[in-house]
Amino acid sequence: MNAISRDTAIDWRHVGTIDDIPAQGARCVTNGAMTIAVFRTADDRVFALEDKCPHRNGPLSQGIVHDGCVTCPLHNWVISLETGAAQGADEGRTASFPIRLDGRDIYLNLTA
Amino acid sequence: MTKQKLVIIGNGMAPGRMLEHLFDLAPDAFDVTIFNAEPRVNYDRIMLSPVLSGEKSFDDIVIHDDAWYAARNIALHKGHKVVAIDRDARTVTSAGGITAAYDKLVVATGSNPFIIPVPGHTLPGVLAYRDLDDVEGMTRAAAAGGRAVVIGGGLLGLEAAAGLKAQGMDVTVLHLMPTLMERQLDPAAGYLLQKELESRGIEVICGANTKAIHGQEKVEQVELEDGTLIDASLVVMAVGIRPNTQLARDAGLEVQRGIVTDSAMRTSDPDIFSVGECVEVDCRVYGLVAPLYQMAKVAATHLAGASDAAFAHAETPTKLKVTGVNLYSVGEFGDGPGFEDIVLRDANRGTYKRIILKNNKVIGTVLYGDVADGTWYNEFLKSGEDVSALRDTLIFGQARQGTGAADPLAAIANLSDDAEICGCNGICKGTIVNAIRDKGLSTLAEVRAHTKASASCGTCTGLVEGVMALTLGDQFAKKAEGMCGCTDLGHGDVRRLIVAKGLKSIPAVMQELEWKTSGGCAKCRPALNYYLLSDWPGEYRDDQQSRFINERVHANIQKDGTYSVVPRMWGGMTSSDELRAIANVVDKFNIPDVKVTGGQRIDLLGVRKEDLPAVWEDLNKAGMVSGHAYAKGLRTVKTCVGSTWCRFGTQDSTGLGIKLEKFLWGSWTPAKVKLAVTGCPRNCAEATCKDIGVICVDSGYQIVYGGAAGLHIQGTTELGTVKTEEEVIEIAGAVTQMYREQGFYLERIYKWAERVGYDTVKAAILDDLDSRRAYYERFVHSQKFSQSDPWSERVSGVDKHEFKPLAVFGDAPATATTVTEPAE
Ligand code: SRM
Ligand SMILES: Cc1cc2nc3c(=O)[nH]c(=O)nc-3n(C[C@H](O)[C@H](O)[C@H](O)COP(=O)(O)OP(=O)(O)OC[C@H]3O[C@@H](n4cnc5c(N)ncnc54)[C@H](O)[C@@H]3O)c2cc1C
Ligand code: SF4
Ligand code: FES
Repeated sequence: MNAISRDTAIDWRHVGTIDDIPAQGARCVTNGAMTIAVFRTADDRVFALEDKCPHRNGPLSQGIVHDGCVTCPLHNWVISLETGAAQGADEGRTASFPIRLDGRDIYLNLTA
Repeated sequence: MTKQKLVIIGNGMAPGRMLEHLFDLAPDAFDVTIFNAEPRVNYDRIMLSPVLSGEKSFDDIVIHDDAWYAARNIALHKGHKVVAIDRDARTVTSAGGITAAYDKLVVATGSNPFIIPVPGHTLPGVLAYRDLDDVEGMTRAAAAGGRAVVIGGGLLGLEAAAGLKAQGMDVTVLHLMPTLMERQLDPAAGYLLQKELESRGIEVICGANTKAIHGQEKVEQVELEDGTLIDASLVVMAVGIRPNTQLARDAGLEVQRGIVTDSAMRTSDPDIFSVGECVEVDCRVYGLVAPLYQMAKVAATHLAGASDAAFAHAETPTKLKVTGVNLYSVGEFGDGPGFEDIVLRDANRGTYKRIILKNNKVIGTVLYGDVADGTWYNEFLKSGEDVSALRDTLIFGQARQGTGAADPLAAIANLSDDAEICGCNGICKGTIVNAIRDKGLSTLAEVRAHTKASASCGTCTGLVEGVMALTLGDQFAKKAEGMCGCTDLGHGDVRRLIVAKGLKSIPAVMQELEWKTSGGCAKCRPALNYYLLSDWPGEYRDDQQSRFINERVHANIQKDGTYSVVPRMWGGMTSSDELRAIANVVDKFNIPDVKVTGGQRIDLLGVRKEDLPAVWEDLNKAGMVSGHAYAKGLRTVKTCVGSTWCRFGTQDSTGLGIKLEKFLWGSWTPAKVKLAVTGCPRNCAEATCKDIGVICVDSGYQIVYGGAAGLHIQGTTELGTVKTEEEVIEIAGAVTQMYREQGFYLERIYKWAERVGYDTVKAAILDDLDSRRAYYERFVHSQKFSQSDPWSERVSGVDKHEFKPLAVFGDAPATATTVTEPAE
């Protein structure tokens, strides 16, 4: 039921507005079995990552957002919001999803 | 050789410094006796403002403690005012009736603050700003709140105003002249200063002439010449000082504006010297320490033996010691024939720089905002060097000369050896470098002890550290480590500056304390959020996004992304109704595990995040509230059955535990706080390993604190024994508050007490009843804002967004936000 072509505009799903997410916070979008965390930074940029820490699957949406990163609530790994990559000495990467802001509306590309 | 008798009248900064030189030069020449009208040792009067604002304590500013006098066999008569000098008998006599004979006498009576004799100036609540008593008077007035009116917009008045503001008073400054500090600043800098003070909430009225002070029993209002009335619960007069010369005049010494001395600091009687603010030398009197220290050195040299040391006038730069206000002025700044100005303004940064030249020589400078180059300009002023060649770039400062590198160390490296680093003490760069090399100094404290550089007002500390870094290279271990990668400031500095500068939001802290990252990190943000919450109860709005998830959603996150829920069971007591409600939510929400915790209550494990509000709602209905099992705050108060049931119980330990838990719950603290009340010394509630423990005994309650039994096992230390439950509660509140105000984030009580000293805590909480009461009352005040159940708040809709997904696509599985094993 989610068989959507990559190249059409329908790829972009409206998930809400930026005002639904606290600055320096996150909300979750569920897509079937997967949970995607949508982050909003202090300067109103938005990012989307699978809500799963590359360490032991901690829910990144519950972490503290700072300087373009989120600190995982379980064991404090720091994950880049842009790339999903673990920072510093830790290694691993979480899937990231294309996301765009149109005015205050947030559109997420679920097929990436 | 028999020692000569040296008597000193007054024990201020000038004679204190003179004695240091004298004991260096001729340690065995004199038996020294000192009379001091103030009932205390010699302290750094300059630093009274940081004491007033709360940035320092009196102990921090003592220059010579009792041990110092004892080690030198000096008889110090504290609280003894000398009332007569008998020059024929060569004796002095104090009001307390002590007479001392002298061979040499030093008069160092300082100056008296000038009080404008307007009607009402003798009312209680009118203070000067000169000594510790004045500071204590102001602190007391500030505790009662209301408005302070400071008369005088000079250095002292503005420091008093900033200090009183920091103590929470409303403040109005009345200044007679059109701009502030007009004797040190030109109108442009005076304007910037006024704007800065106003932005901190200090009201400034220039051109204000005080007509009268009104009040029945104490100060109530100040009336201006134009009829304006200003409410006031405190009036501080800081309008100037007068050399204190009466005693010298009565003894027949030559006195003009001050006690007249020659350039060797000798008065008209060759056996009597004078140093300090009471002196008039070469037709000048002084009110800053740099020239007084020079007098001290000259007098000591002459007392130690024949010498040709002579006092010579030099311009002293002015700085204002109000944290966050940077200004520097030295020399001429008015208009005069042949004066030329170079001016640089940067409105955005709020900086203003002005150099005044005459015949291509620097004759003065006024800097506001960016004062880094003050020392450099002062060097030109003192050397009288022709600056024509530098003229085009002079105003941009030293770092912009030649290399163009804006490296502050490079700027210090470029300073010549005789560039003055410490204005108060007249210490040059070369002196510091030599002392570091010759004496092998490696810490700031050592450099201060040996050279005095930065030991008075401290504004040059950064420069001194720069000189140390250049001289010692890698060996120079800078200050304590910062609280995280975002700042070099440690937790202690940050806490102090939040209060001193009145910073009330996380962005304000980061801006004012120059955070190196734009938005902090997961380490500093929760700490700052706590400090602000603790320092500004009722005012600061909690920043949810700076809280660890557990404190944000009021439950403990588990390894699989679910949460655990721990309701309070006051003092470990429960009932059939509570147990039934718990059983019902377990069934209704399919909660996988129910466990009795180590803290005498029940844990429901594995609750899905979106179910939390509904679970809480059901628990709330049965009268249960959050147990804060997740909080840096009060966790549990464990109790034993006590006298209600136990054959050994001496008091109602269960009842007292419940009272304590009801009193302390909800408060945020630097780290978790756990209590226990045990009914007898058998200690079944394990009180001797808790943050605060109470051991009931026949005669009352023994209070212990500073225990832990987690990562580190630590037995408690005794605080004291009291007779009533009320005292236990008051002490528990007071010690918690002291910890809340001083603790570093994540520092448990035992670590905090170790750091500040168990004796210090005991003195403040057990022995000093006023201080205990004050802490207790501040705790009670802050509890007004924290004792509301976070669960019921969320049940009624607070932070709704936390518990609901933003959007759902496809068929959401039942455990949508639950973390499962890796999918692939
Ligand atoms: C539930 C409980 C274990 C149990 O099943 O009994 C427990 C569970 C946790 N403890 Fe504990 N501690 C529990 C009693 C204790 C006790 C015993 C006590 O309180 O009498 C101690 C030793 C006493 C002490 O604190 O000095 C204790 C010492 C710790 C420590 C070490 C603290 C320290 O300063 O050394 C930690 C780690 C920390 O806080 O950083 C910790 C941390 C934790 C955390 C919060 C781990 C974490 O960060 O996620 C656990 C949370 C589980 C959860 O979600 O509920 N827990 N923990 C107990 C809850 C008590 C309550 O009702 O609130
Ligand atoms: C709040 C404040 C801030 C200041 N800030 C600065 C600053 O930033 N920079 C700067 O350079 N200067 C500053 N000053 C000025 C500086 O503190 C004084 O210039 C210096 O302390 C004067 O030292 P003194 O020894 O001459 O006199 P004092 O330190 O005033 O000492 C005189 C002592 O003599 C005692 N005494 C008087 N008469 C008798 C008697 N008959 N018998 C016995 N004892 C007697 C007095 O009780 C007093 O303790 C500040 C002053 C204050 C009050
Ligand atoms: S001891 Fe405490 S922190 Fe460790 S596993 Fe048990 S509950 Fe968790
Ligand atoms: S699961 Fe994220 S740090 Fe361990």
